[in-house]
Amino acid sequence: MKSLLNGLKQSNKLQGIFLGAYIIVTSLGLYFLQESVTAFLLILFSLYLLYKTNFPVKLKWSIGILVLTVIMPYVASQGTAFESYMGVATLVGIYVAMALGLNVVVGLAGLLDLGFVAFFAIGSYTYAIFSTKQVTNFLHFDFLPFSGNSFWVFIIIGGIIAAIAGVLLGIPVLRVKGDYLAIVTLGFGEIIRIVFNNLDKPVNITGGAQGISSIPAPTIFGLEIDNSGQFYYVVLVVLAIVILAVTRLQDSKLGRSWKAVRENEIAAQASGIHLVRTKLIAFAIGASFSGMMGVVFSAKQMFIDPTSFTLLESITILVMVILGGMGSVPGVILGAALVTILNLQVLTEVTNYLNQLTLDGVINLPPALSPSKMQRMIFGLILVLAAIFRPKGLLPAKNKIVPKEDIVDQTVVEEKTRTVSF
Amino acid sequence: MLKTTNLTKSFGGLTAVNNVNIDIKEGSITAVIGPNGAGKTTFFNMITGVYTPSSGEIMLGNESLVGLKPHTVNKKGISRTFQNIRLFNSMTALENVMVGMHQHLKYGVFSTIFHLPKFKKAEKLAMREAYKWLEYVGLADVYNEEASSLSYGAQRRLEIARALASQPRILLLDEPAAGMNPKETKELTDLIYQMRDDLNLTIVLIEHDMKLVMEISEYLFVLDHGEKIAEGKPLEIRNNQKVIEAYLGKSAVTTA
Repeated sequence: MKSLLNGLKQSNKLQGIFLGAYIIVTSLGLYFLQESVTAFLLILFSLYLLYKTNFPVKLKWSIGILVLTVIMPYVASQGTAFESYMGVATLVGIYVAMALGLNVVVGLAGLLDLGFVAFFAIGSYTYAIFSTKQVTNFLHFDFLPFSGNSFWVFIIIGGIIAAIAGVLLGIPVLRVKGDYLAIVTLGFGEIIRIVFNNLDKPVNITGGAQGISSIPAPTIFGLEIDNSGQFYYVVLVVLAIVILAVTRLQDSKLGRSWKAVRENEIAAQASGIHLVRTKLIAFAIGASFSGMMGVVFSAKQMFIDPTSFTLLESITILVMVILGGMGSVPGVILGAALVTILNLQVLTEVTNYLNQLTLDGVINLPPALSPSKMQRMIFGLILVLAAIFRPKGLLPAKNKIVPKEDIVDQTVVEEKTRTVSF
Repeated sequence: MLKTTNLTKSFGGLTAVNNVNIDIKEGSITAVIGPNGAGKTTFFNMITGVYTPSSGEIMLGNESLVGLKPHTVNKKGISRTFQNIRLFNSMTALENVMVGMHQHLKYGVFSTIFHLPKFKKAEKLAMREAYKWLEYVGLADVYNEEASSLSYGAQRRLEIARALASQPRILLLDEPAAGMNPKETKELTDLIYQMRDDLNLTIVLIEHDMKLVMEISEYLFVLDHGEKIAEGKPLEIRNNQKVIEAYLGKSAVTTA
């Protein structure tokens, strides 16, 4: 058994066969057992296995994209549970993007932000206000409100407005550090929510506690995107852009200066890094991812109200980052996926199951103890366990290891040999 | 080249540096010495923009450095190391040096995200240059290691490599030999000479190791209680009454 595992660790071929077999088996499982959430989760788990293989990066990406865009949606589409699966997958995508945004702020730049959901709210409300009759309460132009066609532009606008909000928040707030910063951002998150909650008087802009309803579905080439199966692909595209951006920024001058600021502010400054600018960019980029996904979220839900943007949401996103591994892109993706799925699927499934048992008279579980009500406790427990056993997260951040041949100047060697041969 | 006039810094009632006039010549190796609490590090912190002077002037050539932020001072050509080593601990040695090159990397967010040729070329060159700096200070073998995992002496040298990577004209070393064994100190001495000669650097160091200071520096400034009490060549300082007094106390002078 051990030798088999070792072989699996070393041989690409064995890994390929194993991964292929796994994907086929779990796909068939979901294909025939449409109601089985377990089968759905097992398919998603194949992505983790894929990450653990030694395949070249490009191959990993190709297989991953194939599984996410073709295999998983296809095998899930055979039964009635399709919409719910896709709904979960869409939300996972939204949360992954947000967690990646927060990871830039907390994981890379080391700025503890407890009000991150505010930027999500700003993105959501931007689209919601301008695409519904809400906007006509305070702006009177013939072209308002915008139609579902504008959704695509609004993804970008939402990102930009959230980024601006990030900078505006950052300018006063970045004077304080550490715990103080956490408290100030927490306050900011609550302020944004309360402002949206109360901005229905004197002019009704946000709809107040009632929220905004009948947000138009996005349209593309006259086709309306109104179910989770379609939103899933929209989210995938935005998410792909986010992942591309963070992975590349991370290994650049900017990414290094974020990490330097996190590790030692004084030394970072002495090395020529503009402290305030570097932090503001981290805030802006993190916020913009969140804002973009906010637009998608409001279009998908077709209804938003301030209760979607509570402190608990900010904490949840932070949990994703910490659980997965601060500063680690694969870790944060895993953390966000785990937390979202746990929330939406596992806890509700277990609750349903226990309720069924109670109804059947097998056990007697008072409703107050149902797992979905104990969400926070279970989260807390997970965090405590993670802190004990994986203090750096499930997939801790790794340093970029540069191979020797990339770094030793080959051209100099060549020139030298040439002069010798002359 | 670097000149301070009546430089003063007070923290509340305490005057850490008081009316200090110092003139550092280009290409020299100059030491700033003095007992603990004499204001040496405060003096460095004012030059590098960490503290703003309460009064007085700092001139680099014809430019004033007063009121500049640390990253701007770095841009003007002054790099430094720290008394209590300040590395980017969880980053590799190579990345640490690459952070030092920050000012010289010219590409934007756009070319980063799309991996434009400009970005790739700049990063590749930067990596090679950073590696050369590591070679220069003798850390080539550990370029992929995390900074925190390096030995004490290696961490000190990594700080120097990072400072050199921003291509300074003046290098400020704050107690570079602190905690080093005699062999490491010897290597450091060689490195300091080498840097001055290879890179046309002006080197200013704060140091307590008198053997090192007397051997290496061409000119010394002595601070005590925030005031400059003496300046001169090593031999002059060695026999200066005030200096002996500051280090050993008044009675030492009278009995000697």
